[in-house]
Parts: sequence; C-alpha cells; structure tokens
Amino acid sequence: MRNAFRDALIDLADKDPKIVLLAADIGNRMFDEFKERFPGRFYNCGVAEQNMTGVAAGLAMTGFRPFTYTITPFVTSRCLEQIRVDLCYHELPVVVVAVGAGYAYASLGATHHACEDISFMRSLPGMQVVCPGDSWEVKAATEWLGRCTGPSYLRLGKKNEPLVHQDIPSSFALGRALVLQPGKTVALLSTGNLLPEAVEAGKRLGEAGISSEVVSFHTVKPLDLEYLSQAFDRFSLVVTLEEHSRIGGLGGAISEWICAQEKYPKARLVSLGTPDAFPHEAGDQHYFREKIGLNGHQIAAHIQTVLGSMGIAGKSEGSCRE
Amino acid sequence: MEKLAQRAARVRGHVIQMSNSAQTAHLASALSVTDILVASAHSLNLEASLAEVPHRNRLILSKGHAVSALYAILAELDFFPLDWLSQYNQDGGSLPEQPSPRCLPGVELATGSLGHGLPVALGMALGARLSNWSSRYIVVMSDGECQEGSVWEAAMMAPHHGLSSLTAIIDHNKWQATGRTQEITGLEPLASKWRAFGWQTHEVDGHDIGAVLEALDAPQDGPKVIVAHTIKGKGVTFMEDDNNWHYRSPTSEEVGLAFTELGL
Repeated sequence: MRNAFRDALIDLADKDPKIVLLAADIGNRMFDEFKERFPGRFYNCGVAEQNMTGVAAGLAMTGFRPFTYTITPFVTSRCLEQIRVDLCYHELPVVVVAVGAGYAYASLGATHHACEDISFMRSLPGMQVVCPGDSWEVKAATEWLGRCTGPSYLRLGKKNEPLVHQDIPSSFALGRALVLQPGKTVALLSTGNLLPEAVEAGKRLGEAGISSEVVSFHTVKPLDLEYLSQAFDRFSLVVTLEEHSRIGGLGGAISEWICAQEKYPKARLVSLGTPDAFPHEAGDQHYFREKIGLNGHQIAAHIQTVLGSMGIAGKSEGSCRE
Repeated sequence: MEKLAQRAARVRGHVIQMSNSAQTAHLASALSVTDILVASAHSLNLEASLAEVPHRNRLILSKGHAVSALYAILAELDFFPLDWLSQYNQDGGSLPEQPSPRCLPGVELATGSLGHGLPVALGMALGARLSNWSSRYIVVMSDGECQEGSVWEAAMMAPHHGLSSLTAIIDHNKWQATGRTQEITGLEPLASKWRAFGWQTHEVDGHDIGAVLEALDAPQDGPKVIVAHTIKGKGVTFMEDDNNWHYRSPTSEEVGLAFTELGL
C-alpha cells in the first residue's frame, strides 16, 4: 500500500503545486522520485514527529497542502497533541499518513503495532478517518484526500498486500461503503488492511451456503449512515472486521451509532478485532492474525457459529462443520 | 520610542483591568511579556489592513496564557475597537482567556498548550520560502515553555534550513507556574543552549523596548533567538517578581494602585 500511496501522491503533486510531503526519517529511497521531481517540496524532518506535525500546520497556514508520513504510532500517538491542537483545532488541510496498520510491523514488537489509532483519531473533532482495503483503494483515497479542506487520517498497511480490486474502484467515494459482493444473510464490513481476509471469509461462507455481503468500509469517519441504516434492516447479522482494537474502531463507531437510534435495529452486530492486550512474544502478521482469529477461515468459522446460535444455518452446514 | 513606552503602559493598564473584570489568572505573565510584544508588533509593522494578506508578517504568541497582552496591543493598533477588550473571557464572546483559532484579526495561532508556536512558525517560514515571500515570523515563548521537547525538535530543524525569516523571543522571567524555573527543571545556561543548536543568539533586557528592537532588527543569516530577561509582573511594584500573581487577579483597589503607578 505504501508504494501505491507514493505513486498517487506523485500524481497529485504533479497537478497541485501546493502538495508537500513531510516524513520522519522513514522511506529510505521510497521518495527519491518525489524529491527529484518536486525539489523543495519534500522535508525529511528527522526523528521528531511533534515538530513535523507543527511544521505541517505552519505550511498549511501559508497555503500548502502537507502530507505527514511515518510508521503509525509515531505519526499518531507520538504527536497526538499536535494533531489535535495544530491540525484539528485549526481545521487545516493536512493529511496524516500512517504506514503499518495493525500488525503490519508485527515482528518489530508492540512499539510498532497499531491497534488503537482509529480510536483516538476518530475522536478528534473534524478529523476524517480513512482505512483503504488494498492498494487500489489507497490510490483512490489519496486522490480524494488531496482535495479535502480539513484534516484527514489515512491508514495504510505496509507492502505487498493481496489486491482485492483490479483497478481503481470507479464507485469509490469518501464516506461511502464500497460493496464488493452483494449478499443476503450476513454483512461483512471490513475496514483497512483486513479486507482480503474479509473476502476470503465471504468466499468460505458462500461455499457453506451462506450468502454474505462483503463491504470495504474504508471510511470510519464520517460513517456511511445510509448504508448502515439499510444494512441493519436487511441482514440478520452484521460483522465488523478490523486489524484494530475492538475498543473504539469501526465496531465501536457502529455500536455508538446503534445506541443513538430510536429503535434497536433488526440485525445483530458482532465486532471482530484485536484484544485489549499488548502481545509480548515474537511473531509476524499472519501469526498474530491466526492467534486471535482474524484470518479469513477463522472469521468464516466464527460467523457460522454465531449464525448457528441464532438458528440460522447455511444450506450445506453439515458438510462444512469440522 | 517614547510612543512605544506609552503604548506599553496603556497595554499594562488594559490587561490589569481585564484580569480584574474577568477574574482571570496569568496577569503577571502578561505584564512580563508586554514590552516584548510591543516591540515585536512594531518591528513587524503589524497593520489591521494586512491581517488577511497571505504574505503578511506574523506575530505568534506561543505562551497563550498571556494573550490578554496581545489582545490589548491589537486593540491599540486598531485591529478591533478598544471596547471589545471588555468582552475578555465573557461567555459567548470572541476573546477567550486563551486564544482560539483566528478568534480576532491578528491572532495567528490558538495557543495555551505550550511548545506549539515554534514548530508552526517554522512551517510558516518554510511556506514563505517556497512562495518567495519576504515575510517575517516572530514567535514569543515563555522560559518554562522551553521544557517542552517540541521546542527543541524545532530548535534543531530551523538552523538546518537556514530560516532567516524566523525569530524566537524567550520571555525569561525565571518563574513558572509552581516556582522558580531554575529550581524546577533548570534551563540555564539558556542562551548557550540555543547557540549550541545553531541559532544566532542575543540577550537583552526584555523591558528595554529599544534594546529588543535593536536585537530584532539586527541582520540575521539563519534563525535568531532573543533571550529577553524580564521581571514577572513588571510595571506594578507590588506584583513584580511575586509568583502569587501567576494565579491571582487584582481587586478594584489594586487596579487603582497599579494605574497610579503606571501613570494612567
């Protein structure tokens, strides 16, 4: 996803001379082409993210459209104060770009994990939160965010994630859920880099005779309320999927929305995400997903169990239960 | 210079009155920084008619707790009517106790949380360079503020880019909220620290407006810092160097005494 972001940003910068990029000692060689093509519009701010964010605010206040970029915890929680005061309070068009959603940097330890960022970024007034599901969505989202007038947060995976789309999805729009596969019984709302697992889960559910709607819910703020209203009416079960804590992410946001409804909706909500704990052992992204049940086959099995408990079974339920 | 000294006296009168009317804290901090702000506004030729011009010079008060002094100076310079100062900290008004974004013309940054002004001004200076503007940026900080790490992150970056449009002034009154700065987490040698970070460093009496102006107008080839030695509560003898006035607001009787002393 990071290379897709880089390419999309170069396209944007080509068209808009106000685009500037600030990085904090990250992306070795990754931004060489940007630096070469747009001299003076790239700042490596060093390992100093608070300052980088303040500098981005100052650039925005003099008419520029800055993107700040580094590994998730350092571009979010490390400088949350500056994001809150300098960017959000002043309603500036700065895009905070985080690389390494969830366990993308799993092997570097919990200092580099990013399972809380959606929670605190979406609580900031005026902040849009966008979590693309694959590189094509990254391109589409970057293009959109380059035109926004207020602060935004773009949550990237890392690199070499499986592609879900074949091209930039033509119906991609900020704040609009993107339906990849329509279905009838269960809706899988995935945000961010877990999308390929959601697709895999949908496939397995289909094989088990359960009709699922697979959705890239890339924008966590603002929520697509139109989609949610009809989905909670139409489905028996809505499942949120995210490589993020079950506290405060997409599942949390939708729970808040449900609680604010006059009438409790028809569908049941199940939120799958990461536990409220730091892992201490070594492991890669796949290992941690497997450990907490976020790989596609585990998601599908979990959903089948929930549907079973609700008295809803697939056509070929018997054959697929192990 | 006499005119500027008179302006400073009037500004002190306004902030004392505002603190009394609104029952707000930080009066001594505002009195400490008054002469620095008067000199900075003069050096930058701040003008109401330019308040929305992108390439204007900008005065950024990073120690937002002293904003009553900035409001008073902007009113004195006709950025808005003087009688607006009576709205200070009034419910629903546009003069919050600490400034909100663009709450008034001439207020460049919402501050109050320390350590924000310098990085933002650095970004403005980079933006000005990219746009080929000749604008100047003055950031006024407190000495206690220099305990914030973000100040030193910006202190490292500004000389790296040779930003000669950027000046920082430190209102060095040697006090912070809970005591003597040197007894809490010592800053000395403060000027040497900035020099070591690569800043052109001046040390002046922060209540000598002429000296502050001279330092401000000295040619610079990179970022400049002025360590301005000040007295917290300056201008009113019974407030000077008494940290109780970090939080206290004056009674009407004390306002009268202060006005007499200021010749108002």
